[in-house]
Amino acid sequence: MKQDPSKSRPIIQVQGFAAAYGGRTVLKDLTFDINQGEVFIIGGGSGCGKSTVLKHIIGLYDPAAGRILVDGQDITAAQGEDRLGILRKFGVAYQSGALFGNMTVLENVRLPLEEYTAFSDAQMDIIALTKLRQVSLEQAAGKLPSELSGGMQKRAAIARAMSLDPQIVFLDEPSAGLDPITSADLDELILDLNRSLNMTFVVVTHELPSIFRIADRVLVLDAARKTMVALDAPDTLRDSSPDAWVRQFFNRQATGEATSASNETATAKSAGGKI
Amino acid sequence: MLTIAGRLDSGSFLQAWEQSVEPCRRNVPRKLLVDVSAMDYCDGAGLGLLSELRRIVASSHGKFELAGVREEHRRLLAMSELTDPDAALRRPAREGIILTLGRFAAEVMGDIRQIITFIGELLATLVWMARHPRRLRLGDMLATAEKAGANATGVVCLLGFLVGLILAFQTAGPLAVYGVQPMIPTIVSIAVVREMGPLITAIILAGRSGSAFAAEIGTMKVTEELNALKTLGLEPVQFLVVPRVLAALIVTPVLTAFNILMSIIGAYIVMAALGYSLSFYINQVMGAVGLGDFISGIFKGLIFGLIVAGIGCLRGMQTRSGPGAVGDSTTRAVVSGIVLTIVADAVLGVLFYYLHI
Repeated sequence: MKQDPSKSRPIIQVQGFAAAYGGRTVLKDLTFDINQGEVFIIGGGSGCGKSTVLKHIIGLYDPAAGRILVDGQDITAAQGEDRLGILRKFGVAYQSGALFGNMTVLENVRLPLEEYTAFSDAQMDIIALTKLRQVSLEQAAGKLPSELSGGMQKRAAIARAMSLDPQIVFLDEPSAGLDPITSADLDELILDLNRSLNMTFVVVTHELPSIFRIADRVLVLDAARKTMVALDAPDTLRDSSPDAWVRQFFNRQATGEATSASNETATAKSAGGKI
Repeated sequence: MLTIAGRLDSGSFLQAWEQSVEPCRRNVPRKLLVDVSAMDYCDGAGLGLLSELRRIVASSHGKFELAGVREEHRRLLAMSELTDPDAALRRPAREGIILTLGRFAAEVMGDIRQIITFIGELLATLVWMARHPRRLRLGDMLATAEKAGANATGVVCLLGFLVGLILAFQTAGPLAVYGVQPMIPTIVSIAVVREMGPLITAIILAGRSGSAFAAEIGTMKVTEELNALKTLGLEPVQFLVVPRVLAALIVTPVLTAFNILMSIIGAYIVMAALGYSLSFYINQVMGAVGLGDFISGIFKGLIFGLIVAGIGCLRGMQTRSGPGAVGDSTTRAVVSGIVLTIVADAVLGVLFYYLHI
């Protein structure tokens, strides 16, 4: 997908960010903007800190260095009402779903509405149910999360993340554990919401088909170098990234094949054909 | 015919609801055509409003149609179209008292059945283990014995001391009325050796270790570790329950003895304050309780330990799925542990009476 010039107003700015767990630096020197209305992917190999970046942006952890600005406001410095105001712009779907187990699926999606709006019970019910319909879970509304399959739980979590129509939706590995068809449906859902409601999506994933389908831009992190190694549209990175590792990542090559130029082109072609 | 223009979002939602849904509900139209060609934006709340209009019209078999859908809204509107909202929103009816009562009774009977099955399984495994002692997971057993036993010594001693002190203190008043305060050591020592010592120890064990067993095994069940054991050909009872139950069998008699001893010391504090000498106190205690009483107390402790540890493990293995499941098992482990301990105490009391112990 080509980058849309209208998607250029930064809504999240990450400046000189570093993350550390117990004194051990896991990521450093991250500086990038996420623009209003784009689908922004945080990608990279396993254990490179994708989810770590996400959890810092949504304010669960404080960065070891640097600042994270949401609409110009520093989320780490914000307190009380200011902080709530920032969080109100976010919708987050966690990797494991994180649905509240003692509530039905419908009640899970209703909860943010109950807390933040003045709508009546009937109004919240129909809004929440419509959200569930969007993730194809209308029939599961009255069930408890434990009665759902993993993929259904994940979709319910996405419905809950979107229940207040937040400006920015964060999805942590939304397609992990989903079958290819459900996962493709999810991609279409993201695109639809992105286009018709102008929601910004920040998605942590390493599923290449999904990245090529939905991403405006991809931030690529590398575990070895503990920092970002690329930030651009996925097609550009696949075809012309100066970094061999990044090209390898987007061409889905095994480690041994990185040096063979002819092999690389062949794979690039076949990948391009499929997507 | 209804026209929606401009932004239909959470800001304009309540007003729009008032003007569209309410009149529609009062006087349900046979056919509702909603013109959305002038709608610039529609968020989740707005889609909810359209769903509600569609639901109202459909529930009286009317026809609902959107007209002039813009291209950018087409997919979103299509994927927000509810098929049967009434069915999805129907809350399950509350069941009647007879049904609840019956279900409860069935659950209790089922539980008793499971407990009996579990006792049988545990005994069979223990007998098997006696013939194959090398299959005992000694490391697990010792680690559990340390956690459930050695680490509990402090709290067992403290509670024993306090119970002795309180019993002596509380009996001192009434006995003073009849001038028989020298009877305090007799009363307190019989009470703590035969009843309070084993009971207090069992309650501490239920709170500290029965709950821990249930939580440990319950978490293993939730994370499918129990299934992993079974597919490896290892029986959870042999692998997890036996080490814990044996550990409890080893530590409870010792803990009970500590508890009793500390109670007797606690009671002496009150006696000393009343001006009685240590030698008088010891004489009275020795006269009141014999070796038989002590053995019966320790034996009770042993049985209680078995019950508490066994029920803790059973509740862990009964853990259902879901996030609250482990918490429920832990609660059930402590409650059933204490209830069954006291039931067993009553049974043993009657038994000892007829056996003249």
